[in-house]
Amino acid sequence: MRELRIHGRGGQGSVTAAELIAVAAFEGGVFAQAFPAFGVERRGAPVQAFVRFDTKKIRLRSQVYEPDYIIVQDSTLIKDVNVFLGLKEGGIAIINTEKDLSYPFPKGVKVITLDATSIALKHLGLPITNTTLMGAFAAASGEIQLKALEDAVRRRFSGDLAGKNIAAATEAYQAVKGAA
Amino acid sequence: MAMGLGCTARPGRSRENKTGSWRVFRPVFVHEKCTRCGMCTTVCPEGCIMEDEEGLPVTDYDYCKGCGLCAEECPSEAVEMTKEEK
Amino acid sequence: MLEIMEGSHAVAEAVGRCRPQVIAAYPITPQTHIVEALADMAANCEIDADYITVESEFSALSACLGASAAGSRVYSATTSQGLALMFEVCFNCAGMRLPVVMSIVNRAMGAPLSIWNDQQDSISLRDSGWLQLYAEDNQEATDLHYLAYKVAEDHRILLPSFVCFDGFILSHTYEPVDTLTQEQADSYLPPFRPYQRLDAADPVSFGLFASPDYYMEFRYAIDQALDKARSVIPEAGKEFNEMFGRDYSGLVEEYRLDDADVAIVAMGSICGTVKDAIDEMRDAGKRVGLLKIRCFRPFPHKEVRKALSGVTTVAVLDKNVSLGSRGAAALEVRDALYGSGVSVQGYIIGLGGRDVRKRDIASVVAKAEAGEGDIYYGLRQEVLR
Repeated sequence: MRELRIHGRGGQGSVTAAELIAVAAFEGGVFAQAFPAFGVERRGAPVQAFVRFDTKKIRLRSQVYEPDYIIVQDSTLIKDVNVFLGLKEGGIAIINTEKDLSYPFPKGVKVITLDATSIALKHLGLPITNTTLMGAFAAASGEIQLKALEDAVRRRFSGDLAGKNIAAATEAYQAVKGAA
Repeated sequence: MAMGLGCTARPGRSRENKTGSWRVFRPVFVHEKCTRCGMCTTVCPEGCIMEDEEGLPVTDYDYCKGCGLCAEECPSEAVEMTKEEK
Repeated sequence: MLEIMEGSHAVAEAVGRCRPQVIAAYPITPQTHIVEALADMAANCEIDADYITVESEFSALSACLGASAAGSRVYSATTSQGLALMFEVCFNCAGMRLPVVMSIVNRAMGAPLSIWNDQQDSISLRDSGWLQLYAEDNQEATDLHYLAYKVAEDHRILLPSFVCFDGFILSHTYEPVDTLTQEQADSYLPPFRPYQRLDAADPVSFGLFASPDYYMEFRYAIDQALDKARSVIPEAGKEFNEMFGRDYSGLVEEYRLDDADVAIVAMGSICGTVKDAIDEMRDAGKRVGLLKIRCFRPFPHKEVRKALSGVTTVAVLDKNVSLGSRGAAALEVRDALYGSGVSVQGYIIGLGGRDVRKRDIASVVAKAEAGEGDIYYGLRQEVLR
């Protein structure tokens, strides 16, 4: 089983991201489970959402404490929340930032940074970075295929909005693939 | 059993219960004093006071339990409660 | 066909396929997504149900009671304080023998106010005469609705039923669920055939008063019907298994219990985490198993006694507490095992949404083996100070 923990702020679409990643993974032929860290969601408050992937039915119901992957929707969270807590050695951290982070990352962790906010603004006109980071996650982890991600986005958003989100995800996917 | 599954019952069961047998005092309607106001018919808890063709009260003594509400409420004091002779 | 979706939506779909004719519910977290989805389905004519909007949970269940007495298949859903507001109507539904089915999206009771999961709400209604079924995952949560209608409406039973599943932990989780098609649902669940109903052409009064000469017999009759459910539920579960290949024929379910020394007893979504923890303990050479209670009312004393006859220690996990006494399941299990010599330890765990991990399960097992039980597990001493 592999586990993903998404850190975000209320309104950034962390829960939707977890759900769509699970949908895309399931369509790709594995069992998946997505759930939020059931908080009292207020805009701007730190929130978490989780995804599990496995080849067999997933029974575990606890939150994710030792993730294989983390997504950080907003690098300002790093000073509020220990986003790296429990991240496995060899794990992947995907962080939305426009800066070169001088943070002491845990050893043995692959850190991928990208300016998801700019990509989201370019395609959506809004700083909602969830679909952009999903594209980066697909490229970095290989847990989900870009095509499955597109299908999942189309299931959730209609017409134009789906297209814009897919464009944002695709740009992030290619940026991460290109850097690798 | 008085009731069916789910505490249910068919209507009309109160007809079988002839409350007239409870009566100790019997209302006697003094038609000479009666103004036909209908108060006794309205207040009777058993609903057993009717009006005859002339609008005067008559009682079904099978169900009149002798509570005396009609006598208490009659504005003309036209109902007298008399001891039941059994 | 397996599809991935949110638990609430899977349940709403299943409820829709049970063809309820009247739905009355009042939205409350974490039940809201279910009734929102059903309200949409009714508004879009995807289901042929009257959706009654009401001003409180008391009204919601009262509307269901009336509609059920009038001969409709009815549905409601609630949780926590909402269920508490239905308390009076719950007893009336059972006493009037109306087969209402209601989802309980389990949530803690206030105060302190909590929107998070435990099972105090439905457990607090354990004496109301409703059947109580608990689901481990979203597959079971959806399937148990078909089964609940089947059993509740059976003329040998005629009692209302809760289908309980953990708030957020199941209701807000996306996972694969195999939903029945409408044809499959119809082949399992026939149209509602009321035993008796309100009908102006053939009048009947429901819910009359009973004098001391009659009251006890009516209560006894409810208890007898619940006892009958001990065999009707397995019957309905067996039929479901034969048709769809998912087995709910047991009032309880065993997991790796055959040669176990220690048995964990639990209800609801925690069973999934327990199973994973058991696999790890088994790999480490510990002989541990799980007895999952699927049906809490009627309580399967005989099945529990039989399943636990070979173990030396039982650890019962309760996401509830009968304050001033113990956890509800621990009391029942101890009763079932009375005189057997098996050591039964109770653990109040995961109240108000406190997360339960695999390592917590291992720790409970260690405590049970050491004879340390009848405790609240994982209290934070710094909060108590």
